[in-house]
Order: sequence, then C-alpha cells, then structure tokens
Amino acid sequence: MTSFLALARAMLLGYRRDRTALFFTLLFPLIFLVIFGGLFKSGGIPKSSVVLVGSVPLVEQLPADGHGQLDQVLKISRTDDVNAAIAKVRSGDAAAAIEQHGNQLVVHYSQADATAAGTVRGVVESLVQSANLAASGQPPRFSVQAEQVEDKALKPIQYFTPGILGYAIAIGATFGAAATLVTWRQKKILRRLTLSPVKVPAVIGARIVVAVGIALVQMVIFIAIASLPYFGLKLSHSWWMAIPLILCGTLAFMSIGLLAGAKAKSTEAASAIANLITIPMAFLSGSFFPIEGAPGWIQGKMGILLGFALVLGGIAAWLFRWDDV
Amino acid sequence: MPASIVVNDIRKWYGDTHAVDGVSFTVESGEFFGILGPNGAGKTTTLEIIEGLREPDGGTVSLLGLPPWPRNAKLLPRIGVQLQATSFFERLTAREQIRTFAALYGTPPARADEMLEIVGLADKADTRTEQLSGGQTQRLSIACALVHGPDVVFLDEPTAALDPQARRNLWDLLRGINAQGRTVVLTTHYMDEAELLCDRVAVMDAGKILQLGPPAALVRELEAPNRISVETGTLPVDEARTLFPDAEVDDDGVSLTISTRNPALVLSTLAERNALRGLSVRGATLEDVFLTLTGREYRA
Repeated sequence: MTSFLALARAMLLGYRRDRTALFFTLLFPLIFLVIFGGLFKSGGIPKSSVVLVGSVPLVEQLPADGHGQLDQVLKISRTDDVNAAIAKVRSGDAAAAIEQHGNQLVVHYSQADATAAGTVRGVVESLVQSANLAASGQPPRFSVQAEQVEDKALKPIQYFTPGILGYAIAIGATFGAAATLVTWRQKKILRRLTLSPVKVPAVIGARIVVAVGIALVQMVIFIAIASLPYFGLKLSHSWWMAIPLILCGTLAFMSIGLLAGAKAKSTEAASAIANLITIPMAFLSGSFFPIEGAPGWIQGKMGILLGFALVLGGIAAWLFRWDDV
Repeated sequence: MPASIVVNDIRKWYGDTHAVDGVSFTVESGEFFGILGPNGAGKTTTLEIIEGLREPDGGTVSLLGLPPWPRNAKLLPRIGVQLQATSFFERLTAREQIRTFAALYGTPPARADEMLEIVGLADKADTRTEQLSGGQTQRLSIACALVHGPDVVFLDEPTAALDPQARRNLWDLLRGINAQGRTVVLTTHYMDEAELLCDRVAVMDAGKILQLGPPAALVRELEAPNRISVETGTLPVDEARTLFPDAEVDDDGVSLTISTRNPALVLSTLAERNALRGLSVRGATLEDVFLTLTGREYRA
C-alpha cells in the first residue's frame, strides 16, 4: 500500500510540475471551450440578408411591430440597381433580392444556400398571405406563435462543455499513459522498479488512480468555468451520471495511451501516435460539432474507426520492438 | 561467512555475439569486488544477470543463497542497485525522490532524510534532480540504492563522467558503505578506482574473465619494469646508457627515464652520483595489467 501511494504521489507531482502536460490537458481545451462558448453564445441560425430593389411597398407599409419581427429573421438592405442586387445573390453576399412590380413580388434567390433561400421565401410568402388577408378585411382566425426550442433546451454551451471536456479527458488520459510509459522506460525507471519489491499491480494501479484523479479535476474545472454566468451552463438532472462515464472513458483512453507508449520509442513519437488516434476521434465522434449534418460515410463511424484500427495496427506492428537498444 | 554471490559459468548470447561467455567467480560477504573491462566487455550484462534483470542462457547464479531469476520478491529488499543510467522519477526534488524509493521498500521517510545527509545532499533536498550536478546526481542515485539498508550493493560505473573532486568524494562514500560490512560489487573502467577501492578485481574482455585477484597481486604478476626518471641534465644520456646496459634509457628533454627490472641498482648508482634531482619512481599499475591483457587497439 505504501509503495502504491508513493508511486501515485510521484506521478501526480511529476504531472503537476509538467507545464506542457498541464497546458495540453487543461489550458488548451479550456481555450476551445472559451472560444466556442463565446462564439456560439447567441446560438440559433444566423440572419439571412436580403436586398430590396427600389420601392417594395409591401415591406415598407408594415406596421412597426411587423418590422421588428422581420428584423429578427432578416437583415435588410436597399439598392436601386437590380443587376447589382442579383450579383450580390449570385456571389452569396445576400440570400435573396426582392423587387415589387405592382401587386407581384419577385424573389431572386440562389440554390447555393438552400436553407437561407427557403427561409426568405417562407417569410416573403407569409408577408404576402397576411397582406392578402388584411386586404380581405376579415380578422385572422388562426394564429401561430413560433418558439425556437433550442433556445430553452440546448444552448451551445450545453453541447460544447461535455464535448470539449471529453476531448480534454481523452487527451489527458492518452498522453499521460503514453508519456509515463515511454519516459519511464527511457529513463530506466521501469527497470529500477523491477529491482525493488514493488508489485506490478501497484504500478498500474497508481497510474490508473492518477489518470482518474486528473480526469475528475478536469471535470470540476470545466463545469465551474462553463457555469459562469457569461457562458451559462446549466446542469440538468442526473448530471452526476457523468462521473461513471468519465471513469470508463478515462480507462478506455488510457488503454490507447498504453498501446502508444508500448510502441513508441520517444515521448515525441508517443504523443504523435496518441494525436493520430485522438484527433480524428474527436472530430468524427462529434464532440466538437454536431455531425448529424455530415455525410453518411462519416456518420458510419464504426467503419472509419475500424479503418483507423487497421492502419494504426499496421503501423504499430511495424514499430514494435522488445527493447530500447 | 558464506559467500554473498556465487556465479558459475554464466553465458549470454545476443544473436552471434557472446556478451557473456562462461564467467565464474565468487564474492565473499563484506568484500569490495570490482569488474574491470573496456566498453562492451560484458560487465553490465554480467551485473544484470546477477541482479536478476536478465536470464542467463547458461550457468547458475546464487545471490545470498537464492537464485535471482525469476524475479524474487524476497531477495530484492536485500540488494541495492545503482543502474548505469541514473533513473529518477521526473520533476521530483532530491528529497521526494529518495522518499519515494524508501517507500517502495517500506523504509520510513526519516531514514531517507538521514541517507540524504550521509551522502551530503541535505542542502540540496529541495532541488529537482534535473538541476543537480553530475556528482550530486550520482550520490543521490547511490543513496537511493542504499536507503533500505541492503546487504549487497551493485554499482554500475558510478564515477563515469565525474570530475576528480567528485570522484574522490564518491570513493570516500563507497569505502564507508563497504566498511559497514556491506558487500559491494562495482564495475568501472577506471583503473585507479579499482586499485584503490577493490579487495579483488576481475578483468573482463569479450565476455570472459581474463584475470582475477587482488589488484596488487595482479600488478606484481605482470613483472613490468619500474620507470625511474630524473630531471634532464642531471645525468647525460650516453653516460646513463653505459651505466645501465640492461635498462631502456630515454630522454624527452624534460626528464631522463630509465626503465629497469632492477630498480635497486639504478637508484643506488644515481644516489652515489648525487643525480636525484626531480626523482620519481613509478611501478606498474593496474592500467598496465589491463592494457597487457586487453590490448591497446582502439575500440569504440
């Protein structure tokens, strides 16, 4: 027990004093969190910009609150030149150009940004419908109140915090295990340990306890920062289920690190191998961005990972050696 | 007292290379034993087999009456090992380092601090090992090997790459360890070190022991000529050659050197002529034994 504690202590002290490791396992992912959290703070779909050509009475005659509603979805600018407006649409600077000929509205749009074009068309059609209704003199019977669900349930910070925390833990566990194994072998500490009465489970156990401890510290720091009012993370029910998840994740990534450490000759090589595995995983798993919109072949992660496993397995077999010398 | 180490005809091959090729010797309890040899002679491999780090391809080893291979947890607390590369945990201070090693053996931290004091590193206790000098690193490494009070201590080239002060400092430390009754096995390629410290030395080359015995006996066996030199001009070269026809006489412009197997005659003749200015007499050293045995050709 004393040797287990002594080893865990030695590893923890070594980690705490390793600026590079601290940077890559804490500060670097935190920078991601701050950037993404700040960048996508408002969330939702960016406004589509629309160019009004000449006089468009339908829009201009809207009451004040109607203008306000319109401004929430569209960014409106004006020009008198039809060709310039269409060129803007063509180059993607505007989602649509709108002109009015008598009682007819003409919407020029590009299919390049189908979502924006659809939004604009929907908005214009609803404008025309309500104008028609108003012209008929009947009070409206049905009304719609639209509420964007994401705003209340899933702010981007709710999504980024677990994603980037997962990335930080993956990096920490992988690199920690890989680097320890390689430097301990390089500096002959493993050899020195085999000459002391310490038991193998004590060495491995100490490494696991340290990795899990670091992961939990990462979790506390990440949640604390993301919960600042500026980012506004809200922990929902059963958030504590993250703890067993983090334990499992740490062990899984540690095993990748141990593999990298077993194969690599130097710390640099170990971190390169660990990077090669964790970075594609971070992107493919959707821990940074939602991948629902990604093409099917990327969503079919299983196949990709299997491919990685094969490639990495090949490299690992090629790199394998019994000893340093 | 029973022998601490009995090595019987051990062999180790790496492919076609015979790193250790039939080595046998016995180290008595409390003895200071040296293994001498050029680089690649098989010293470290021999040591590693005795420590139980490697399995010999042939032969047997008995360490404190037990076989060291496979790893024997009962034996390990009784031996202390300093490896050739100083193996420390990263980014720990000297005190944290030795306390960690102490804990691996269940030795209390107070004993670790005491050991730090003995090797003269008490004032460096809070310095990280990366920032220690070469001599300090070696002393800490030896302290870590000794912290649990082992009966047998193995030191693999402990004074390699140290300056003369640090080497002498370390020799005193090693003598002290041996004086406490511990058996010490040391590899080195410094002859003066082996000659000064060791009770017996084994001269190794190409995986074999070439000579084994107390350093003085090995030197005597060589029957090498004594080299007597006086200041140039004290005695003309021609006159010296006539006086000592059996000796080899050489004058390099600084000293007149007479190599002879009859030093008494030469010295008395020089004394009679009052030609002893700047006299120095050098006998053969272990280095001569070593070079005679292993040859002078350059090896990497």
